[in-house]
Amino acid sequence: MADTPTSRVTYDVVTRSIARTLGNPGKGYFALLALAVALLAVGIVCLLFLLRYGLGLAGYSHPVYWAVYITCFVFWVGIAHSGTLISAILFLFRSGWRTAVYRTAEAMTVFAVMTAGLFPLIHIGRQWYFYWLIPYPNERGLWPNFKSPLIWDEFAIGTYFTVSTVFLIMGLIPDIAAVRDLATGWRKKLYAITAVGWRGTNEQWRHYTRGYLYLAALATPLVLSVHSVVSWDFAMALVPGWHATLFAPYFVAGAIYSGVAMVITLLVPIRKLFHLEELITVHHFENLAKLCLLTGLIVSMSYCTENFTAWFGGNAHERAAFWYRAFGPFWWASWTMNICNGLLPWLLWSKKVRTSVVALFVVSIFVNIGMWFERFVIIVVSLAGEPFERFANATYNPTWADWGIMAGSFGWFFMWFLLFVKNFPAVSISEVKEVLPAPKRGKAVAA
Amino acid sequence: MKLVNPLAAIFHPPPTPGLLAVFGHLDAAVDAIGRLRAAGHSDFTVYSPVPRHELEDALDQPVSPVRMFTLIGGIAGCAVGAWLTLYMSYDWPIVLGGKPIGSIPPYVVIMFEMTVLFGALSTILGIAFNALFAARRLGTVAYDPRFTNDKFGIFVPSEPARASQVESLLRGAGAEEVRRA
Repeated sequence: MADTPTSRVTYDVVTRSIARTLGNPGKGYFALLALAVALLAVGIVCLLFLLRYGLGLAGYSHPVYWAVYITCFVFWVGIAHSGTLISAILFLFRSGWRTAVYRTAEAMTVFAVMTAGLFPLIHIGRQWYFYWLIPYPNERGLWPNFKSPLIWDEFAIGTYFTVSTVFLIMGLIPDIAAVRDLATGWRKKLYAITAVGWRGTNEQWRHYTRGYLYLAALATPLVLSVHSVVSWDFAMALVPGWHATLFAPYFVAGAIYSGVAMVITLLVPIRKLFHLEELITVHHFENLAKLCLLTGLIVSMSYCTENFTAWFGGNAHERAAFWYRAFGPFWWASWTMNICNGLLPWLLWSKKVRTSVVALFVVSIFVNIGMWFERFVIIVVSLAGEPFERFANATYNPTWADWGIMAGSFGWFFMWFLLFVKNFPAVSISEVKEVLPAPKRGKAVAA
Repeated sequence: MKLVNPLAAIFHPPPTPGLLAVFGHLDAAVDAIGRLRAAGHSDFTVYSPVPRHELEDALDQPVSPVRMFTLIGGIAGCAVGAWLTLYMSYDWPIVLGGKPIGSIPPYVVIMFEMTVLFGALSTILGIAFNALFAARRLGTVAYDPRFTNDKFGIFVPSEPARASQVESLLRGAGAEEVRRA
């Protein structure tokens, strides 16, 4: 079967090679973890300055009041999306190859949403009033404005974080039970508690498989809705370059595109560090690359549609906004985005590139850079180029506080991710076994 | 006189007497399930490292009630979303963007998100309730750590008098080892 890991792999090999990732990971791992923590420290220092001196440090100036923090917010929410795509949507489509990569992707989802959620809080300026977003009965009798896309966003992100977290934990339970049964010492105690009594009985599997199916069925429309709602934060406003019906599908495709690229970026070092070459094969990378190619082409198509609509629509302001994007003072951001997202994925048509792990790693990093700049272009450049504000435009430049907090967000994300892959099974044990042929009498699989 | 701790019966229930069979092969376990059912056993427990349709078909169990949890949770979430948005709009009525106080189209977003949130959380509750807390003979049935790795297992509760009969049935179906618990 083409979708399964190599045929020498038996149930026992799967359990042991994944359980091995929980052992001593070596120096490379601790070097990466130290780097992540150092980046996080930079971010925290910058955040403390921002708290002390206010949003002026972020370089906001009229008319650019949404900048790098909102860019990072959309970037990280986007990263999250491919995890749910791989774990829920491909589950419903019954594609066997997802089993080897979905746990990594799902963990990435949870940590990316955790990272994304920080940015609106940093961006609001008076961070200590964040709870005003929550509909609670306050002393002034005020409620949130449910006609505002920003409140939809809060509900969408909150639901997404909760659902993807419980989905991740659900998937982990049988695997934690498997490592519990191999572990010794304090780890055995930890896994015995976190496996919540899982033993793989027929009753447990009966309820679990049903429940998992329904969770996947709920997560599927959720993932499509969340980035649509994020796109409406922009599309509901009248700013030229934002106000487009195209935005929801365009953002969802872009989110999955960047997310798949991030999955590749994360899987390459994990596979190497934890010696998972037998479980995560080149075949898996090729499938991820195909997903990347598909969504990348949808994104390129959206760029063309956007520009065509601006030209053909006959709205002078819309046309001016897109001219400003391509040839204004931020031309470098627009062309980075066009080259990384529009041209680079064409390399993935070549099977040679799709099956070369190194080439994919490089492409995936460029895709991530391109997708970050896409959000920068949409948010900052559209605001800077507002035709009604021409007298004031192009005064915005990101500051050290922006870059520092952004670096901190990468540190925060990678720190959680690295801690996760070291302490919990980073590849699903039970689901990888599901796509293997079961041991049968007569033709027992050679160990 | 030594007093009996009344909580011991809840937290440390005595083990169920019976036989635990370990199978290395899926088809042997399926065969054993068929023989046990033919012999009139119904309350045995089957362990497997992965969910397999062969086992489900052999056991012929009813569909899990978790789906009712999902349905009721989803409907409740949708209702909460509708209540939240409409009640809060009319509680402090402000016209925004020239739209009616209670505008359904934007509230559909909140209703949808709450449907998913409540649906997912009640599904989790349904699984936890059915699979973990309401399990039959909870924690009193013999277990072997190989069942999460690469072995299939069947535990058959049985009186010591009938044990040898069950043991020969399990061995006949291809059990690698059978032990009395």
